[in-house]
Amino acid sequence: MINKVVTDAGAAIAGITDGMTLMLGGFGLCGIPENCIREIVARGISGLTCISNNAGVDDFGIGLMLRKRQVKKMIASYVGENAEFERQLLTGELEVELVPQGTLATRCMAAGYGMPAIFTPAGVGTEVAEGKEVRNFGGKDYLMEMAFDADFAIVKAWKGDTAGNLVYRQTARNFNPVMAMAGKITIAEVEELVPVGALDPDHIHTPGIYVHRIFQGTNYEKRIEQRTVRGH
Amino acid sequence: MLDKNGIAKRIAKEIKDGYYVNLGIGIPTLVANYIPENINVVLQSENGLLGMGPFPHAGEEDADLINAGKQTITMLPGSAIFDSAMSFGMIRSQKVDLTILGAMEVSEYGDIANWKIPGKLVKGMGGAMDLVASAKNIIVAMQQVNKAGESKLLRQCTLPLTGVRCIRKIVTELAVFEVDAENGGFHLLERAPGISVDEIRNATAGKFFAPVHVPEMDL
Repeated sequence: MINKVVTDAGAAIAGITDGMTLMLGGFGLCGIPENCIREIVARGISGLTCISNNAGVDDFGIGLMLRKRQVKKMIASYVGENAEFERQLLTGELEVELVPQGTLATRCMAAGYGMPAIFTPAGVGTEVAEGKEVRNFGGKDYLMEMAFDADFAIVKAWKGDTAGNLVYRQTARNFNPVMAMAGKITIAEVEELVPVGALDPDHIHTPGIYVHRIFQGTNYEKRIEQRTVRGH
Repeated sequence: MLDKNGIAKRIAKEIKDGYYVNLGIGIPTLVANYIPENINVVLQSENGLLGMGPFPHAGEEDADLINAGKQTITMLPGSAIFDSAMSFGMIRSQKVDLTILGAMEVSEYGDIANWKIPGKLVKGMGGAMDLVASAKNIIVAMQQVNKAGESKLLRQCTLPLTGVRCIRKIVTELAVFEVDAENGGFHLLERAPGISVDEIRNATAGKFFAPVHVPEMDL
């Protein structure tokens, strides 16, 4: 088996430079690549275009990159939890492309499946449709949306083996599998790195062919954004 | 006049045995509390879960298990986890029977606006545009009148649209409406307890139609 293991986040993000386009997995703060984000923040790489469903919160996740003005453009579906994001957006410091969530996921999927574009009804008749080709199939209008083109995809999995096969846990799966398939170079950080053969082939969510670099992360905070519990 | 829980309770009556249901953030989330125990319903959370259960007991929260509102939740027996592309695949291909979501404005032709107030509030559409563009059965849960006393059931939406001619049913603090997307108009189906047809008419800015007899909601 090909060994995809790198030592740590520093080695994993080698080659990420100013101005690149990154995909970052996660939904809210659930299943985000904490280690790589920390490293990108520490190195101060800037002018980045980030494709991610959300933009973190003010002091965690992609919010940390925003706070250091490392993000030039954000492509996301929902950014409501981040005051610094809204501030930069309203003052025009940050360029933003808001994309319907299903369109975001499917544009990633298309890249991973080698398809240049998809057709979706989401956004027909709204400002999302501006400048886009509309095609009618069976009496219904669809927008043509292009596959994403990302220099790096950075994902977080629960377990991974040294060959890059990945298993996600619960709803921390979210965008991670489709982004893992979509990067020119895909980096996976995992909570537990296991030897080849330790994962059941029937249970693998992302085959290692999509993963170029893998490492076991450290000090996962796994912060909960909205802690809700049952009443008595 | 209904409170948020009253609106949720009325909407829960629209849920039938065997339905897969997607609940949006806000009032729609409360609907889960009123689903009758004698029917089998599966809740879909668009971040990648079918079979969403109630909030966890204190101390049992899991950072890896959240709903689309980023709240900690539980899974019921028989749940399934999937990625975001598949999640919207099942929405787009109309496997989800009922979608319940909030709105800032609805027009008399069933246009909906719920994602952006230009220059003020920029949160994004999340999954709402995908849901309204594909779902066959959508119920909007909303306040009919804003804090300034202005109707949010309009001839035309003033805010950027989320979807066009997609809303058929609306439940507010005052009434239940059916929307006629062909000819335009809010057709009054039911009144909230103690609310008159005139009060509802006065709170509706778009074309308003009411039959001679309008029943009160059965809550």
